[in-house]
Amino acid sequence: MSGQKLLDAEDIRRVLTRIAHEIIERNKGAEKVALVGIASRGDHLARRLAEQILEIEGTKVPVGVLDITFYRDDIGLKAEAPVVSETRVGFDINGVTVVLVDDVLFTGRTIRAAMDALMDFGRPRKIQLAVLVDRGHRELPIRADFVGKNAPTGRADDVRVLLEESDGEDAVVVEEAG
Amino acid sequence: MPEPKLLLRGARVVDPASGRDEVADVRVERGRITAVGAGLDPAGAEVMDCDGLVLAPGLVDLHTHLREPGFDHKETIETGTRAAALGGFTAVAPMANTDPVTDNAAVVHEVRDLGAQAGLCDVFPVGAITKGLEGESLAEIGEMVAAGVRVFSDDGRCVPSARVLRNALTYARAFEDVVLAEHCEDASLAEGGQMHEGYHSYSLGLRGQPSEAEEIVVARDLAVARLTGGRIHLCHLSSARSVELVRRAKAEGIRVTAEVTPHHLTFTDDDLVTYDTNFKVNPPLRTADDRDGLRAGVADGTIDVIATDHAPHAVEEKEAEFDGSPPGTIGLETALAAVLTELVEPGIVPLARVIDAMSPLPARILGAAGHGGPIEPGRPANLVVFDPAAEWTVEVPFASRSRNSAFLGRTLRGRVVHTVLRGALTVANGKPTR
Amino acid sequence: MNKHLLSMHDVTAEDVVRILDTAESFREVGTRVIKKVPALRGRTVVNLFYESSTRTRISFELAAKRLSADVINFSTGGSSVSKGESLKDTALTLQAMGADAVVIRHSSSGSPYQLTKWVKASVLNAGDGTHEHPTQALLDLYTMREKLGRLEGLRVAIVGDVLHSRVARSLSFGLVKMGADVTLIGPPTLIPPDAPSWGVQVSYDVDGALPKLDVCYVLRVQRERQRLEYFPSVREYSRLFGLTRGRVGALPEGALIMHPGPMNRGVEIDSDVADLPQSVIEEQVTNGIAIRMSLLYLLLGGSGSEEASADA
Repeated sequence: MSGQKLLDAEDIRRVLTRIAHEIIERNKGAEKVALVGIASRGDHLARRLAEQILEIEGTKVPVGVLDITFYRDDIGLKAEAPVVSETRVGFDINGVTVVLVDDVLFTGRTIRAAMDALMDFGRPRKIQLAVLVDRGHRELPIRADFVGKNAPTGRADDVRVLLEESDGEDAVVVEEAG
Repeated sequence: MPEPKLLLRGARVVDPASGRDEVADVRVERGRITAVGAGLDPAGAEVMDCDGLVLAPGLVDLHTHLREPGFDHKETIETGTRAAALGGFTAVAPMANTDPVTDNAAVVHEVRDLGAQAGLCDVFPVGAITKGLEGESLAEIGEMVAAGVRVFSDDGRCVPSARVLRNALTYARAFEDVVLAEHCEDASLAEGGQMHEGYHSYSLGLRGQPSEAEEIVVARDLAVARLTGGRIHLCHLSSARSVELVRRAKAEGIRVTAEVTPHHLTFTDDDLVTYDTNFKVNPPLRTADDRDGLRAGVADGTIDVIATDHAPHAVEEKEAEFDGSPPGTIGLETALAAVLTELVEPGIVPLARVIDAMSPLPARILGAAGHGGPIEPGRPANLVVFDPAAEWTVEVPFASRSRNSAFLGRTLRGRVVHTVLRGALTVANGKPTR
Repeated sequence: MNKHLLSMHDVTAEDVVRILDTAESFREVGTRVIKKVPALRGRTVVNLFYESSTRTRISFELAAKRLSADVINFSTGGSSVSKGESLKDTALTLQAMGADAVVIRHSSSGSPYQLTKWVKASVLNAGDGTHEHPTQALLDLYTMREKLGRLEGLRVAIVGDVLHSRVARSLSFGLVKMGADVTLIGPPTLIPPDAPSWGVQVSYDVDGALPKLDVCYVLRVQRERQRLEYFPSVREYSRLFGLTRGRVGALPEGALIMHPGPMNRGVEIDSDVADLPQSVIEEQVTNGIAIRMSLLYLLLGGSGSEEASADA
């Protein structure tokens, strides 16, 4: 694996535990909290956070997955239509605090799309945002509530999150633009 | 405006009527050929350098639709004969399906006079076999013969009943050299047919018309020709089995001649897969086997004549739904080049045979005595000079009023340089002179 | 994906899988409180219908609206289409109005191909003459895959007037592309003689085929074909080729009965056969919306020029 390792498996485990604590703390428990991961890696992170919350607080929070493709602002600009993956929000989000979970926060456009998508399922009481890495370069006024690691990067750098579930290992790697 | 003197210098003279195929000069004076030979004296003549070019008797199109009178939004006699001249033709035979139909001497005179006025090509009108092309009572064939008509046809459809055809063929025996030209198509099998019936018609969802729609009528017509001893000419054959039927009939001594178009020698039903209406023609383009059978028929002389079936249609008529657009492609301006490219260049048919099929043979059938060679002193100077190596891409504009060419976009080899009609240049250096 | 969908020959097997998978996502959208996504906001979809077909037009209209596209309907009866304006002039008008997609239904085979010469928009064939009806075939493939879990190796019979059926053509091409085993059944006058060259089998015996089928797909029979001597009478047709109550028992358990609609109950299919649980005719209609959303999304969502790249 080339590039510089920002987080290793052990770092990721610790960071997620901390975020789980912060979510519980901020919301004074985990009742009326739901996690919705943004496909595809936010999905895996949301599940892990849910396990941590169950362990810490003994509360089983519902977990959903959201594909934001249909809400993207660049549809029709590319030569190929973006590939769509599964969306599954099998619970009522009305009146619930929904924590959106994603791997990397970058321009903020994905989060904008995710919030729009979420609104089509109902009216959550509150939406919060948890990300593993915040790499800066926002193009929209969006800020994360829970951040695993702030990582200053170049605009063209490649930040890759690898997770056991999809990539066989846990790591965050930064590859600087050549 | 006959020019006083013209010297066409150094062309390869291909003249099937005399059997000549050699480089020579040809001198033309006052509408006639005055000398053929090497190193002719240029004194007083306009010299046209024809080095590397072919000189042949002016082409004769036995099957043309000039649309006038009645359909001058598609073509007029003037625009059609200009297109013909550009294609190297000095004589054309416009079909009778005009409005009014050419089924009497008055229309024959009108069409011929309009041709003479334009002065671009000699016009030999084809007369209708039956009144109004309705397939029932005979048109006044005798009157039209007196007006100079030799070929009669209900082209666009065949004479529907064997009895009427029998009577027409028998009646025509009263006149010397009269030929009935048949468009062979069984109406009930061809009804609604948009293209050749086969793999492509089924997968394109277009109603097909089978080869048999043609072959049935070819067989019937040959039988009726046998019965009557009359002379029959079969137009635009499209099926290889039709060629075979004609081959056998000729061997048997039936008085039959046959014709094929450049587009049937070039394209197949495979070309219709984009529903381009310029490939919608009647009879339809058939399979590669049929095309090859037609080529072989030209090569061995079973098919006597190559004729264009030039069928102009207005843009708005052709740029329409496939089943709503009329069949036909224009062809006068591309005929020679298409045949050179598809038959001569690949070595399928020798050049002299192609010239024979496009000039002396149709001239004989048409009774166009001044056309078709031989290229000899004293003969009328009806000539074509073309560059067999010139490559060009077929594109708009055409001299024809219409542009429905199946050859659009295709690169062809061979281009007409000069056309000489009774001693005058109708086309010089590839451009019409008027 | 091609820019247009004119024929099932325009899509590869991979494209078909992608279209069906994407339709799956749109099925989920259809279960939300708000069944609409902004994917094609600001795009214009024109329904150009020269043949009346309320169900296909509504299906496309709903699909486009659920993608937030603007929809314009041009149908015979209510527009210049019926005033004899040529297809070309109508096309040029749509072009000038900035249509991004044109959905065309026309009684002349090949009209969608001609349309592509005159408009820059993506053209979707919603049924042309006796040529093809690819969106119907795709929704049928979707329904089969959803109900039976696969397409490869499925044994499907298409029964009826195959010769004049655009559905039969598109479905045959699509099923063969996906590795299904297709048999065309009908009176010999209504089966294209060269059908085996499509990669399908031909049979004239419904009863012999039924016990081996996963899907029995029944085509609509038009009564006017009788006048044109393709078969002697509707009664005889129904007896020899109709999916009757007496016959349907021969189908294996779990086999599907499908029909593209509208049905002639009592002619090609008995009324109570159409209402059996194994008949999925209504699901076909529901799935039509998701498939058409998928197609509009894939055709219009990929019409740009930038290289595709992920953007967090």
